[in-house]
Amino acid sequence: MDYQPPPFFKRGPAPLAQLSFYAALSLALIFIDSRFQTLEILRQGVSLITHPIQRVVQKPVEMLQNAAGYLSGMDSLREQNSRLERTHVENATTLLRAQHLEAENERLRQLLEVKESKKAQGRVAQLLYTVRDPYSRRIVVDKGQQDNIVPGQPVVDEKGVIGQVTRVFPYVSEVTLITDKDQVVPVQILRNGLRSVVFGVGNGRLELRFLPNNADVEKGDLIVTSGLDGIFLPGLAVARVVSVERDASYSFARIHCEPLAGVENFGLVMVLDPREPLDLPGELTEKASKSKPADGRGKAAARNERPRKE
Amino acid sequence: MPHSFASSRILLPVRPWFIGLSLIAALTLNFLPTSAWPWMPDWVALVLLFWSIREPRRVGMGSAFLLGVLMDVADASVMGQHALAYVLAAYAASSLSRRILWFPMAQQALHVLALLAIVQLIQLGARAMTGEEFPGLAYFIGPLIGALLWWPLTFILLLPQYRPVDRDENRPI
Repeated sequence: MDYQPPPFFKRGPAPLAQLSFYAALSLALIFIDSRFQTLEILRQGVSLITHPIQRVVQKPVEMLQNAAGYLSGMDSLREQNSRLERTHVENATTLLRAQHLEAENERLRQLLEVKESKKAQGRVAQLLYTVRDPYSRRIVVDKGQQDNIVPGQPVVDEKGVIGQVTRVFPYVSEVTLITDKDQVVPVQILRNGLRSVVFGVGNGRLELRFLPNNADVEKGDLIVTSGLDGIFLPGLAVARVVSVERDASYSFARIHCEPLAGVENFGLVMVLDPREPLDLPGELTEKASKSKPADGRGKAAARNERPRKE
Repeated sequence: MPHSFASSRILLPVRPWFIGLSLIAALTLNFLPTSAWPWMPDWVALVLLFWSIREPRRVGMGSAFLLGVLMDVADASVMGQHALAYVLAAYAASSLSRRILWFPMAQQALHVLALLAIVQLIQLGARAMTGEEFPGLAYFIGPLIGALLWWPLTFILLLPQYRPVDRDENRPI
């Protein structure tokens, strides 16, 4: 039997034991969060501490910016006002015409017995801050669970799609921009209806992938959402093609695009309501319910609601 | 005057509330919207290293882990990314603390540079594990600036511990 002398000072567990405990805990957190995404509750709890601090810290910065705006003076304001009035009048005709066209479209769709297309509705949110990590393209906006925001909702500004809500906290929510790496949006080319998916590259650009070398894509083509994902409404502007590289040694063309919306600089954004998944035709649902009772639809809907980051 | 163990100056004991206050101040500095400046140093890592070197029995891996989780949530990064980096850096700092403080300021800053680089590298590893892109070389300017800030940081954080300088003829120190 070996006796150890009593320790002179109380020092807690040995450093190496502490290290292995905390390191194992952090590694487990990394693993669980990146593979299973089951730590959202913990994240929401901790966010109740961090978000108020972040809001308070933002205030002086905002005040500085506001002060700069205040000092920029009447001239620029007057100029901006007249410009806005001009665009307002210019757009008024289009808007009137659009309402008329929408009504007409609805009548025609009823005549043809096509499913009615959904109107875009949503709520305006204010950008609070971009996350500190300069390499992840995410922003935080001031609407959260209290405003019935759910993950997966598309976010747009006045020019086009910005991104998608990926995390919702009690009072704020986090939006992943379409330029974030591997953020995917199903799109089509407005000119000829060619469908594809557009991927974020991570440096503020987008890339249209999986289109063959001889695909009919030109510089300047407008790219809009195709709506095939059941998340984005069809026809929202996404990007414009800036360059097409056709190399015969690859089977796909390299097509670079530039987002239309002010994806990296904006103040107010619009969070669109989640899209109801369209019902399948009657005979299909009957067949599905015979082969697999009551499970297929629910699963499909759940899949549609999930954020599309893969 | 270099405020290391080699200096003749004797410090008052540290007040625990001041440690907490400085850590909270570092957190708020980190929460500032500085995403446009990738070279900003990680203030929490810097202050945490300072206290793990100065007071390894008060600030250790437990506080490092808590601060890391807070930073993970605030930064919207993978849970545990900052936590792992801070825990390992705090361990290295507290085990090196007896050695580092004997060096003059410039060489202490070199030690801190290595520790801050470890923080950055571990975060890079965690990002690579979850499949994110390589962030570019500006990512490693932060530790350099952090190391350059070591001397002013030491001066500021030790201010409350300096004795009032009243010369006493009969007292040796």
